[in-house]
Amino acid sequence: MAKSVLTVDDSRTMREMVAFTLRQAGYDVFEAEHGQAAIAVLKTKPADVIITDLNMPVMDGVALIRALRADPKHRSVPIVMLTTESDANKKAEGKSAGATGWLVKPFDPERLIDVVKRISP
Amino acid sequence: MNFDHLRATYFEESAELLESAYEQLAALAEGRADAETVHALFRAIHSVKGGGGAFGFDRLVALAHVMETLLDLLRDGALEFNAGLITLLLRGTDLLADMLSAERAGEVLPEGEEAELAAALAQAAAVSAGTAHAPVAVGQVAAETVSGWLIRFRPHPAMFRNANEPLLLVRELRRLGAVSAVADLSGLPALSQLEPEDAYVAWSFTLEGPVPRAKVEEVFEFVIDDCDLAIEPIAADDAASDVDADVSIEGPQVAVAAAVPPGAMSRSEAPVVQSVRVDVGKVDRLVNLVGELVINQAMLVQLGSQLPPDLCPGLIGGLETLSQHLRELQEGVMAIRTQPVRSVFARMPRLVRELSAQLGKEVRLVITGEATEIDKTVVEQLADPLIHLLRNALDHGIEPPDVREAAGKPRQGTVHLSAEQRSSRIVIEISDDGRGIDRSRVLTRARERGLIAPDAVLSDAETDELIFLPSFSTAATVSAVSGRGVGMDVVRRNINALGGRIAVESRFGSGSRFLLSLPLTLAVMDGLVVTVGAEALILPISAIVESLRPPAADIHALPGRGAVLSIRGGYVPLLPLHERLGIPGAVNDPARAIVVIVETDHVGRLGLVVDDLVGQQQVVVKSLETNYGPIDGIGGATILGNGRVALIMDIPGLAAGASATSPAPQAAPQSAAALH
Repeated sequence: MAKSVLTVDDSRTMREMVAFTLRQAGYDVFEAEHGQAAIAVLKTKPADVIITDLNMPVMDGVALIRALRADPKHRSVPIVMLTTESDANKKAEGKSAGATGWLVKPFDPERLIDVVKRISP
Repeated sequence: MNFDHLRATYFEESAELLESAYEQLAALAEGRADAETVHALFRAIHSVKGGGGAFGFDRLVALAHVMETLLDLLRDGALEFNAGLITLLLRGTDLLADMLSAERAGEVLPEGEEAELAAALAQAAAVSAGTAHAPVAVGQVAAETVSGWLIRFRPHPAMFRNANEPLLLVRELRRLGAVSAVADLSGLPALSQLEPEDAYVAWSFTLEGPVPRAKVEEVFEFVIDDCDLAIEPIAADDAASDVDADVSIEGPQVAVAAAVPPGAMSRSEAPVVQSVRVDVGKVDRLVNLVGELVINQAMLVQLGSQLPPDLCPGLIGGLETLSQHLRELQEGVMAIRTQPVRSVFARMPRLVRELSAQLGKEVRLVITGEATEIDKTVVEQLADPLIHLLRNALDHGIEPPDVREAAGKPRQGTVHLSAEQRSSRIVIEISDDGRGIDRSRVLTRARERGLIAPDAVLSDAETDELIFLPSFSTAATVSAVSGRGVGMDVVRRNINALGGRIAVESRFGSGSRFLLSLPLTLAVMDGLVVTVGAEALILPISAIVESLRPPAADIHALPGRGAVLSIRGGYVPLLPLHERLGIPGAVNDPARAIVVIVETDHVGRLGLVVDDLVGQQQVVVKSLETNYGPIDGIGGATILGNGRVALIMDIPGLAAGASATSPAPQAAPQSAAALH
């Protein structure tokens, strides 16, 4: 069965780019537009890998990572954060919250596939 | 989904994001901002930049980046908002919008103010930051190729907490070449003392093959801060020789089942906004399909009515229920296409603010009804006419503060912009309390230009109506704001193209009021089915004023100019449709036919002569232009219940043709009534 990836981003463009890229690589991708929506959708469908933006309304990426790491169900799910060069501090923050890996936007599609492959169980 | 689709999504979303950026900036300018405003603004610019980078829009990314840097400082409170910064950010947002539309159209935007603006933004940011951000140097990794690598790796507990798995690292190393590993278990405590979340095991990996160092480092990219790592090259002759024995790797499974109360999860109970993004094309297909159903239903009703009612008693009731549900379905589908006029209205406060500053006037803009919904296509095409009307109101309508004061008005002028739904139409009103239309000047100008006869006597409403004629401009000095004469006629044409009407009411000295009436949707309309000869034609209900069978005495033939109908003291020119369309076998004598009086923008009222009225019906507009070509006077076609194709009349087009053959339009007394 195809591995499932949840992409969390308030930018529809970004979500679709992630989804487009990973679907071509054979992943089953589903989406959420912010942290809270991600938590809600994870209740109904588990993800093998989560890719999240940091800067989002309602619940940002760092809060999402913390919340997931605090939940036994999601403690070991690999989480990749999408950062930008201006988010240097955010990256450290995300990492200390429990992010598994990171990727700098704009990402190279091959690199995204590569990173997801690398960290997914 | 393909790349073009992604691009389309990006452009669409970016337009929305910039729209919201304008709103946030307006809120900041007007002091309505809260903590979330700056964050939302930052996110909007950030998202536009993020997507832009993916498509290689480098200039856009560069500009968005300096804006973002500035916003970041504002967000952190390192910098305070002021009018200058808001103007800079507004200009930046404008330029981003221009860049996006250029990219969308596949054009290259001229350099223009870009560099200067970026410099100004960067300087504003540097003022507080002390120094501007230096570009991050990209590290050059020397291509170092050897026969293999010895990797010593000791994870810290933090690595496991981030869901990084040593086993996966080994898997990755194996992709690069043959791997042998030795586990160092010396740190492992007795079972009773073992902390499940701690890290006790270290490894030495030998990776064989001429792998670049960067590739090896990449494997450890995410764990480099959470482990002790040494990567040493192995000389060609002693590869794998310093590892004594292979130990099969059973990845130390990190215990993750520790019970943590999921307290952080309770917040997720808040409602999540449910919405689905759908391609407009899909909605249009749905609209079309519903249209076909409407036609089908009309057909069934017609067939049903031919059967004796006692033959199938349930049929009539069933058909009625079907009609009712179909109408609801249609409304439901149409509602998908609608969107609030807010997205257009939201641009107006800024326009008014900037323009009033430029013109040295004090103007307050009051907006109401921005939640009113209208077809997406109409919303998109509404911006230009509205901007034009607002510019006119500020430039020509509202007087300078001193003049206002002298006239006993408040120094600050008021412009109202409102939208409301009235049955199947949306009415948008733009009114100002300025000087109103100076009719004597309008008349003078119209005579100068030969638009009206020198001795013509026009009512006030007719005079106001003159401003919609092509090439009419009365601004004493042509200003940069409203331009020269390209004006109300274009506005009217744009509104007409949307199936709408525009009218003006004005009182000299106390202001003007423009009313735009627009159809809710363009795909379905209420039509009156009429017959001419053997043909059935559709007249748009929205244009019809009345229909009558006129007494012969009221019809007056004019030599060489057709005939007019005298009605309630005025005259309405008659246009026999069979003549216009060349339909044989129609009723020739207007007194034996039916006259449908329609309202037109150019020539006032017009009496269309038809044979008979069949009935009112919702018709699905099928474009002729896409399959055939534009025909003057015909707006499209539809399929009737009996399966026949009927042409839909385009009243403005008919009127234009009529005025070409019978030139007496402006002076016709009835034209005044067309405005109200």
